[in-house]
Amino acid sequence: MNHFTLSAIPIEPDVMRPGLRAGGAGAFVEFQGWVRDHADGRDVVGLEYQAYDVLANREGERIVLETLERFDITAAACVHRTGALAVGECAVWVGVSAAHRDAAFAACRHIIDEVKSRVPIWKRETYADGDSGWVHPEG
Amino acid sequence: MKIVVRYFASLRDAAGCDEQKIETSAADADALFHELRAQHGFAWPTDRLRVAINGAFAQWSTRLADGDEVVFLPPVSGG
Repeated sequence: MNHFTLSAIPIEPDVMRPGLRAGGAGAFVEFQGWVRDHADGRDVVGLEYQAYDVLANREGERIVLETLERFDITAAACVHRTGALAVGECAVWVGVSAAHRDAAFAACRHIIDEVKSRVPIWKRETYADGDSGWVHPEG
Repeated sequence: MKIVVRYFASLRDAAGCDEQKIETSAADADALFHELRAQHGFAWPTDRLRVAINGAFAQWSTRLADGDEVVFLPPVSGG
């Protein structure tokens, strides 16, 4: 099973969670990134995510595997949406199970931070005034 | 040699296509980018981009080979 996947259809956390269950896991931490209705003072009405699929899958997988090695956790997975999303939809999901909560919180934070900075996925925001543009963060 | 270039996000908009097959003598990824930058008017300097060859991150100085797939990666914004 891949630890990182791209999904062109809505993410279903209820379907993802059972895969992270284990008898030794006393903690489960999940992060969901949702489409927000504003960005930099502008009203956002929707997003489009575009991914360089081959490299996004490889880099995402590498991040989760690194996290499994570096933190004292039981299991971890991440799903990132592609395509058009409406305000409120889940854009990214990270789940981590561990024996104890400290490692689960830290690993979950690590995965989302690394995914945001390393995985070749781009977001185009569409604004209420009809304008739209790709988001390419500075530095 | 023939190279396939795939474009994403704002570079796709600037190139006007998601893929371009190009016959080039560019020795490395840097030379190829400058050739295509002149053709499409890309606004990005190479120090703000990364490059991938055949689905793996590469260096700008990486030599190109016939049939390579090259992708120039603008700053990412997933999550």
